[in-house]
Order: sequence, then structure tokens, then C-alpha cells
Amino acid sequence: MMRSISAAERKKAGIKITALLFWLIVWQGVSMAIGQEILLVSPVSVVVRLVELAGTWNFWGTVWFSLMRIASGFLLALIAGTISAVLSANLGLVRILLSPLVSAVKSTPVASFIILCLIWADSRNLSVIISFLMVYPVVYINMLQGIDSADRQLLEMADVFQIHGMRRVFYIYTPQMMPHFLSACTVSLGLCWKSGISAEVIGIPSGSIGEKLYQSKLFLSTADLLAWTLTIILVSTLFERLFLLLVRKICRRIERM
Amino acid sequence: MEIAVENLSKQYRGIPVLSGFSAAFPEGETTCIMGPSGCGKTTLLRILMGLESADGGRVKGLSGRKISAVFQEDRLCENLSAVSNIRIVCPKTVKREAIEAALRAVGLEEASLYQPAGELSGGMKRRVAIVRGVLAPSEAVLMDEPFRGLDEGTRARTAAFVKENLRGKTLILVTHDPEEPDMMGGSLIVMG
Repeated sequence: MMRSISAAERKKAGIKITALLFWLIVWQGVSMAIGQEILLVSPVSVVVRLVELAGTWNFWGTVWFSLMRIASGFLLALIAGTISAVLSANLGLVRILLSPLVSAVKSTPVASFIILCLIWADSRNLSVIISFLMVYPVVYINMLQGIDSADRQLLEMADVFQIHGMRRVFYIYTPQMMPHFLSACTVSLGLCWKSGISAEVIGIPSGSIGEKLYQSKLFLSTADLLAWTLTIILVSTLFERLFLLLVRKICRRIERM
Repeated sequence: MEIAVENLSKQYRGIPVLSGFSAAFPEGETTCIMGPSGCGKTTLLRILMGLESADGGRVKGLSGRKISAVFQEDRLCENLSAVSNIRIVCPKTVKREAIEAALRAVGLEEASLYQPAGELSGGMKRRVAIVRGVLAPSEAVLMDEPFRGLDEGTRARTAAFVKENLRGKTLILVTHDPEEPDMMGGSLIVMG
């Protein structure tokens, strides 16, 4: 059984890699056919440029700058979304008050928020606010749905056995909330990076990835543009994987307690 | 202090389930409740558990007292092991070894003790729910058809465990099975 699963997984991974190679070859072929790197840089040039950039301290400082801000916005939204969902589930007035606010934040274009925030605040922390605003509604809605659909029978059991406080949170709510929490995290992790970098491109805070993307547009450097784009994809994927791994580990530890 | 209900009434959407029901459950003894389906046995237990409020009448002798229960459904945390399901309702003074021994006493095998409850069979889950109801610290235990779904041998073994461990404690047990009042001893109330 185990062997057949791992063989199937190997086959699936092989198919994925083949598809990726196919598109890289197409990209390389089109780039060579056009023959102008400024219009379409080749994947080889992008990788070479990325290796060059990665050899400088400035590159890592820039990645750190954006990572810290976007991750902060994400984590703050995670905390705020979860707390306000708990409050909404227990207090009708909070739910009524938050409902139009969350709907408004969810449907407002990210560009409007970016411009508004640039009027109100310093561009250095723009990506914190923007990633917060993009993630908050997703977390709030998912967590509220999770709490609303919690197993009433288990809650009654907890009432009768007087399971209160942290025990109730850990053993009764956490396992039921976890699928909703993970779903919210998976959706919003991609969202916070896209919106955060967009905010940086518009606000151009000094030392950010957004600034580098903007500069590559100014200097018509397609290799730089795609090298930074590749960096964003790699960092956001790594961040997502590490974060979800950490959450799952914490969950397993709680279950074993 | 004796638990008693006086003139208890309850209706759902205008349909009466309990109408002026009165009964007394002697302190430290077992009382079995029997009656046809829909006569209000489960509703009575839910009122005693504090999960429902009665439309009329009153409950005496339960206020501020710790109760434990075995529900009609198992109501286990599926991701937690059999042992953990019981640990979460017990104080730290109830040792892991005592929980393991209690589960073994009702016939759970060693391998099942730390298996997630969701992976246990129906009969095993039922026994975990019963052991939880018995080991949880309480002054009175309320059981709603606790032995439902257990085969004859397992039922006798589990009933013996319940009797042994709840000796001297108030137990109110709802059942459909005419053999169970004899098996559990104590008094019998027939509703409906």
C-alpha cells in the first residue's frame, strides 16, 4: 500500500516537473525567436541575474524588508480576524457592527486602499497595512463560519463536564476550527504577498522589493523584473510552507497533550 | 441531598413532552427510568443537566452540584485518543494509569487506548463515553441509554464496571431495555 502511494506520488511529481520543463523550453524558444532580451528575457538570463543579485547583501536586506512587513501584516490580521470572529460569534452587536465593515474591506479595490493609506501614513509601512486589510476579511469570515458550525453536541458535553477556559479552546474549539483556520491561511498567504508587493510598487518605500520592481521598469531591465518576481514567488512559497507546517505541528502537539 | 423534580412540564412547538412530571431520585442510589419513545425521558435528563429549561415546575437538589453524563450519542472528541477524551474531563489527580485501567476493565484492548476516538468502533466509543461519565468528578451521574449498541457480554461487563465504580453515588439511568433495571439494581420509574 505504502509503496503504491509513493510510486503514485513520484509519478505525479514527474508529470509536474515535465510540464514545468515544457513551459521553460517554450519560454526559452520564444525569447530566442524574438531575440530582444528587453522584450522577453530568457529563463537562463533570469536565473543568472538572480544568482548575481543573491550574492549581494543588498538583495537579502531588500527581501528582509518586504518579508518582515508583509508577514507582520499577515500575522496581525490573523490575530485580529480570529479575535473579532470569536467576539462576533458571542456578541450579536459586534457581529452586526463588523458585518458592513468587513464587506466594505472585502470588496474595495486594493489600489484604493493603497492610495488612501499613502495619504494617511508613511510609505515604509504601507505593505503592513495593505496585507492586513487583504487578509483580515478572509480570516474573519472563515473563522466565524467555523465557530458558527461548531458541533453543538460537543459544546453541550463541554458544558456538562465544565470544560472551560483554555481546555475548552484547545480540545473543543481548536480541532473544529483548524480546517477553517488552515483554509483561511492558505488563501490569505498568497493574497498578502500579491497585495503587499503591489502596495510597495505604488508607494515605492526605499529598500523594498516593490522599489526594485519599479526600478527595473524605469531601466527597462526585464531580467531584473523577472529575477525579483522569481524571488517573490520563492519567498512567499517558502513562507507559506513553513507557516502551515508550524501550524500543523502545533495542532498535533495539542492533540497529543 | 436528594434530587427531585416537581410538576415539571416542557413543550416543543406547542407539543407537550412533559406534563406535570414529579419524581424523586434518592441520594446515593440508582434510579432507572423507563418508558415508551417520546415520553420525555431524554428531555428530563437534559433539564437535569441544565441544557434545557423547563416551562413549568422545578428541579431540586442539583443547584451547584457537579454532574457527569453519558449522552445518547458518544460525544467524543474524534481527534483525541480514548485516554485523552477522559483526561480532559478529569482533574490532574486522576492518573493516566487509572484511566487506562478503567478502559481495560470495560474490555478496550491496549492498542485502542491511544488510538484517535474517530478510528474506534461504535462499541468502543460507547465504552469510552461510559468510562468518561464514570471517572469524571461528580456528585450525580446521568446516563441516557448508556449500553445501547453493546453486545450482551460487553454490556454485562460494562454494567458491572458502572455499578462497582458508582457505588454510593446518585445515578439516574434512562433505558429502553427491560433487563437493565434488574441488572443495575435500585428503583424504577416508569414514565408515560
